[in-house]
Amino acid sequence: MDLNFLEFEQPIAELEAKIEELRLVGDDNEINIQDEITRLESKSRTLTESIFSGLKPWQISQLARHPQRPYLLDYVGRIFDEFHELHGDRTFADDHAIVGGLARIDGQPVMVIGQQKGRDTKDKLHRNFGMPRPEGYRKALRLMEMAERFQLPILTFIDTPGAYPGVGAEERGQSEAIARNLKVMSGLRTPIICTVIGEGGSGGALAIGVGDRVMMLEYSTYSVISPEGCASILWKSAEKAPLAAEAMGITSDRLKALNLIDEIIPEPLGSAHRDLETMSKNLKHSLLEGLENLRSMAIDKLLDTRYQRLMQYGQFSGE
Amino acid sequence: MSWFEKLMPSRIRTDGGSKRAVPEGLWDKCPGCNAILYRAEMERNLDVCPKCNHHNRLGARRRLESFLDPEPLEEIASSLESVDPLKFKDSKKYKDRLSQAQKNSGEKDALVVMRGQLKGLEVVVAAFEFNFMAGSMGSVVGERFVRAVSVALERHIPLICFSASGGARMQESLFSLMQMAKTSAALDRLQKRGLPFISVMTDPTMGGVSASLAMLGDINLAEPNALVGFAGPRVIEQTVRETLPEGFQRSEFLLEHGAIDMIIDRRDMRDRIADLLSIFMHKPRP
Repeated sequence: MDLNFLEFEQPIAELEAKIEELRLVGDDNEINIQDEITRLESKSRTLTESIFSGLKPWQISQLARHPQRPYLLDYVGRIFDEFHELHGDRTFADDHAIVGGLARIDGQPVMVIGQQKGRDTKDKLHRNFGMPRPEGYRKALRLMEMAERFQLPILTFIDTPGAYPGVGAEERGQSEAIARNLKVMSGLRTPIICTVIGEGGSGGALAIGVGDRVMMLEYSTYSVISPEGCASILWKSAEKAPLAAEAMGITSDRLKALNLIDEIIPEPLGSAHRDLETMSKNLKHSLLEGLENLRSMAIDKLLDTRYQRLMQYGQFSGE
Repeated sequence: MSWFEKLMPSRIRTDGGSKRAVPEGLWDKCPGCNAILYRAEMERNLDVCPKCNHHNRLGARRRLESFLDPEPLEEIASSLESVDPLKFKDSKKYKDRLSQAQKNSGEKDALVVMRGQLKGLEVVVAAFEFNFMAGSMGSVVGERFVRAVSVALERHIPLICFSASGGARMQESLFSLMQMAKTSAALDRLQKRGLPFISVMTDPTMGGVSASLAMLGDINLAEPNALVGFAGPRVIEQTVRETLPEGFQRSEFLLEHGAIDMIIDRRDMRDRIADLLSIFMHKPRP
């Protein structure tokens, strides 16, 4: 089993392995087998297209958490002309699970804020698996209020399993840190665009997710609790996570249909990590388009629209 | 068996410690100190144990009725009901869970809102009903809270909320998560207009409710020994793999760490909040 491929991608992995094998044979014997390789490559593409056109929510949640999924810092260098990372909440610490800083996109100054996961074991620990502590949310808040003062639009990038459940995090007021961000973001006098790029895990995601435009990469997820968490509470077994993923409606298409997000950003064939350049281009395109639309709005109108949008969340009957 | 019982004929012996000798509902056992208490006395005492001061959970309606002046009382947005937007089903349908919860609690959803007077001062008060799906916040709870804020804004009066909740309601998934943003945004407007919001955290106030409206009070209060936090103690224990410190996430712990302003005994709640609000509203002490 090829570990770069998920279980449902194994047929693709097998084809790719065959193609690789043929290439090696070709090199050894100087026999022209290019035609066969081309035929298999096209077959692989068709197979990928067919598998990816019918993905189940649980499969999508595996893609959103894929070990090779691009993280915020993978995009930063490809989307922004420059980026100056800023550190610390000025009170307690610098939380490495959230990065933020000043940047330019196509020449326009912006503030960038997002969760960051780690790639290898050491890096994962350094980033605390992308799970922020209160100081992370307070750093984000400091940068957002700074952005408001200098009239910089805010671009947030969401990618977290959730806020960190730890003793210290509770002691320093995890709840308060999240709540304050929600409150302040709802009234910040500058445009805010939020994009879920991987895992949108609950309150820890929403704490940088209140804005004028909410976008999701095609194979990212956004939910109130992880499928495993939901399954272990409601089905009394974490193994029912695929059922929970289905029931909760955590995928971009479902959330768009429910009018809970504004835009789905398409991913390249086989999902974001198969073609980072194309993914970055698509993401940059949507960010620029969003910025242009929001910049043309008067600030009071912008704030009123943001507020009305927040108020219309929810479905119920009665007066 | 004691010597006396051995002497007794078996037909008049009773099983030791059985509760069935007492008519149901007349006596209560305090979960704090195990004292057997007369139910009527407990009710007079707002369900606070007279022996050990343990604050038992109090239903939303009793909470509101004991907190506000007897009249006038006006319930707000009482007709709102959940519509199960996701057609959610786990081992049970959400629809069935809702009707079960409605039957058990006598409420349509987990938040009750009333406008009334507190020692003559007009206020809006919201109270969570923990017996309704663990006081979880879905669309109806969020909307009722926002309606409470709207009434406060319209009439220029203070808002008080008694929280008791396990957090966001999973069965409404992202709709529930968004109620955190919705209620917090409404509070931002209230506070920008200079109207006070007093948040009272009662046992337990966790997850999405704690990480939104409950922590946003101008003044954050808690009842004694209430469990208040973001992540549940079991989740934290599994993550950090160590036993949690004594009193972790209890009101006294929160006070010590600066998250709340004070801990107030339920029986003093009316007086203290009336005092605080009259200062904010520049009114004479009630």
